[in-house]
Amino acid sequence: MKMKSTVLMIAAAAIFMASCGGKKEVAETTDATKLAGEVKLDGSSTVYPISEAVAEEFGKVNTDVKVTVGLSGTGGGFKKFSRGEIDINDASRSIKDAEKTACEANNIHSLEIEIAYDGLSIVVNPQNDWVNDITVAELKMMWEPAAQNKITKWSQIRKGWPDTEFHLYGAGTESGTYDYFTEAIVGESHKSRGDYTASEDDNVLVQGVSTDKNALGFFGFAYYEENQDKLKLVAVDDQKEENGAGAILPSVETVKNKSYAPLSRPLFIYVNSVSIKRPEVTAFVKYYIENAGVLSGEVGFIPMTTEEYASQIKKFEEFMSTHSN
Amino acid sequence: MLLALKYTPDYTLNFLQLFMTNRKREKLIELVLAFCALLTVLTTAGILFVLVSEAIHFFSEVSIVDFLTDTQWTPLFAEKHFGILPLLTGTLLTSFIAILVALPTGLTIALFLNEYSTVRFKNIIKPILEILASVPTVVYGFFALTVVTPFLQQIFPSMSGFNSLSAGFVMGIMIIPYVSSLSDDAISAVPRYIREGSLALGANRFQTSFRVILPSASSGIIVSAILAISRAIGETMIVAIAAGQQPRLTMNPMVPIETITTYIVKVSLGDVAQNSLEYRTIFAAGITLFAFTFLLNNLSYWLNKKFEKKYV
Repeated sequence: MKMKSTVLMIAAAAIFMASCGGKKEVAETTDATKLAGEVKLDGSSTVYPISEAVAEEFGKVNTDVKVTVGLSGTGGGFKKFSRGEIDINDASRSIKDAEKTACEANNIHSLEIEIAYDGLSIVVNPQNDWVNDITVAELKMMWEPAAQNKITKWSQIRKGWPDTEFHLYGAGTESGTYDYFTEAIVGESHKSRGDYTASEDDNVLVQGVSTDKNALGFFGFAYYEENQDKLKLVAVDDQKEENGAGAILPSVETVKNKSYAPLSRPLFIYVNSVSIKRPEVTAFVKYYIENAGVLSGEVGFIPMTTEEYASQIKKFEEFMSTHSN
Repeated sequence: MLLALKYTPDYTLNFLQLFMTNRKREKLIELVLAFCALLTVLTTAGILFVLVSEAIHFFSEVSIVDFLTDTQWTPLFAEKHFGILPLLTGTLLTSFIAILVALPTGLTIALFLNEYSTVRFKNIIKPILEILASVPTVVYGFFALTVVTPFLQQIFPSMSGFNSLSAGFVMGIMIIPYVSSLSDDAISAVPRYIREGSLALGANRFQTSFRVILPSASSGIIVSAILAISRAIGETMIVAIAAGQQPRLTMNPMVPIETITTYIVKVSLGDVAQNSLEYRTIFAAGITLFAFTFLLNNLSYWLNKKFEKKYV
């Protein structure tokens, strides 16, 4: 039904434009360049706020383009991406080889575009007065698979912390945040204990940590910024002198200069080589890169430098010329 | 109970009369009615078939002994454990708290409406009580999360934001009408002469209510409780919102837990690949849930048959 009416509309528009050809040159050119159609994004819930902001701004300029943004996790998004169901996938980690093969099986090539930095934040409840900083080794002790059902109390992590049970909140297994966190902390991607509150929706995690005195959780910096009054940020110490000594809090500077290690990470969007044949998609991607700096800062992420964005544009243009036919 | 039959002129029958003899018409209507009855049975059979066939796939990969005895449930993680016990205790814990709230309250309401209040008051209050059952469960869920939990945290400061106490409590409020309505029917079915006999022997109202009426209506009351429990076990939205998403083998009502229904929701909404072992876990969990509610419903049917007191 919808298809049919769209086809009819296009046909009607074509007839109309043909019939009044040459009458008013200015009007015609704006008609011809006016973009229409749909751009579909899905993927990481971490990147979601940026994409949502870009989509909103883009929609103000291009009123006939419908941009939809989903949030089913980086892994979930790549599954849809490889089946050609979406044009752009938001990702909080790089594409895996298996996902790449799945795309190529459907003749889809992908281009990775960096759009901002994120400092994966460790947070506790504001009422928690014992955790101010934590080392990577301690985090590993809390989160590694072997901890399951064995490491359950604060006192087991550090001497002096209370003898009460801690409750962990973190990203679900389909999210890129989970993969990144396990890789950086546990040492192996996609491996952690299973007895924690796992959700792909960061707002559920914020709700959980902000209402639970014994909570410790992790999610993207933007979700901390948005809920600063309800959460307490924990400084992370990687015990490596070259990244700055002592425990370091995530902030614009520490993430940019990579001293907030190992939890600083780049965020990406992946563009589908089939979709870029549609002008509304290429316009959207360009608009995305050009405005990611301002908008990612607005929603709580750390923007890259102007030169870095310029090189992303160049990368995209090269990708377009190789896949344009 | 809640339905009111209203007379409406039946145009279809008049229409059919034009084409058919009385007997043929009867036959046709009979067929339509039989089909409607069959439809519900077929739906149940269909659901059961899907559940069982997927669960068989699941149990060909995971031993049923592990499923029933392992104390960890982590099918989505790298180290997989398939013990249903944490989910089951979560479900039973919330349902237990719910019935602890609903049974005394519902029963007291039913007794009060029958033995103490005036008929006029009962006629006003009963429909209002039924409203509780018509509040959308998602609203109850948010009520538990944003009103009941913060209130309970003032009493128990160490309580988590997601916990089974608040979810179970609100679920209890939700099922009060189930208990009160069904118990009310059972109590009003106790014949008048039993009540009068008790009063004639010098018992006061309170003694009559609790020592005479309640035991006489016990079978109906037990049935109402069992049906309410079975409703609580299957409840999804309240526990998904307010009880947490962390499978945990515990009887502590203060910490986040996960129920069978919450797990099924989580997996069906996420992006777990279809036909994978992870995906099939929801059918194994579903069949456990089904077995429980099925047993409870049959138990209530059997109890009702066996203990129903016949009065002449």
